Amino acid sequence: MWQALREALHPQGFELVTVGLDALGDEGCRPFIEAARPSHPSLIDAHHVMADLFGVVNIPQSVWIDEQGMIVRPAEVAPAPPDVPREPPQAPPGEVPERFQQIMAEAAKIRQDAEAYHAALRDWVARGSDSVYALPPDEVIARSQPRNADVALGHAHFELACELERRGHHDAAIGHFREAHRLVPESWTFRRQAWSLERPVDGPLARFWQGPDPSAPQDWPYEGDWLADIRAEGAENYYERWQP
Amino acid sequence: MLVESSTVSREAFEQGTGWQLKPEGACKGDVCIPLNPVPGDTIDVADLAGRMGLPLAKDDAHGLWALGPESIGGRALTTAEAPDLRLPDLDGREFRLSSLRGRKVLIYAWAPY
Repeated sequence: MWQALREALHPQGFELVTVGLDALGDEGCRPFIEAARPSHPSLIDAHHVMADLFGVVNIPQSVWIDEQGMIVRPAEVAPAPPDVPREPPQAPPGEVPERFQQIMAEAAKIRQDAEAYHAALRDWVARGSDSVYALPPDEVIARSQPRNADVALGHAHFELACELERRGHHDAAIGHFREAHRLVPESWTFRRQAWSLERPVDGPLARFWQGPDPSAPQDWPYEGDWLADIRAEGAENYYERWQP
Repeated sequence: MLVESSTVSREAFEQGTGWQLKPEGACKGDVCIPLNPVPGDTIDVADLAGRMGLPLAKDDAHGLWALGPESIGGRALTTAEAPDLRLPDLDGREFRLSSLRGRKVLIYAWAPY
């Protein structure tokens, strides 16, 4: 979907750079990138530097940067293009576990303003700094995620956790992931990354289970899980409302 | 920025944190944190992190530290000047955001989970 958009806008001086955030690195991202066969830069971010550098707190999010290397829109939710036909979600083969049914029901309640976002993107690509959607530097900074000393420390714990995971110290990583979650509660990405590394179930959707094994809930090492957290926060609040 | 010893080279510190050490202080874009001059090519990580207000998370059992980002402006972005994002592609080749200067760029963050 994004590949088609990139091809359409590339002649106007536009480039798309995709960044896969995953502590498992290319092992986690490779199947998706190879299936997409992108013609644009497609990168691997094993330590979530996108969070440190740009304040990414959920996925998918985008950052817009102009020809002079200035950020004109900070990290914000980036819905898929609305004008590309999409296949309805496919149920996995066999019986769908109850948890997945509940996840899909919550996911269906998530709202994104794809039309407005993509109209703004096309306007910026066509008009550059004359576009009202290209924000001035002060506004870009003011709209980026809040970050106090605790949040910054949470980022450090998260980077440490990702590296420990990569080195095979899974149990040690959990403590730092938990600290990151405590210090940066607004980051869904920090939570989803950690949850995805637990494998209560097998199979191709294991990383989307994002919660405890129903037969051994006491083994789940985190306070929250995707289903519990989205119900607590409200699916309608999963993405911040897009601001023009 | 990951650190495995108490000192790092000046170049590694600057590349890892995005802060350039200049006579007037540590600078990123048009923002500078005033510092006494940092002489030499070797940086004491804990000392400089403390002086710049950068957090340091430690895992002593594995001899690994992580130096976190700044929070001096109260926002994720200290400046609107884009950092020179450096990340590998699937083949391990390093990409630099600055290579696309002159184009409009949309960076799209996604995850396989």
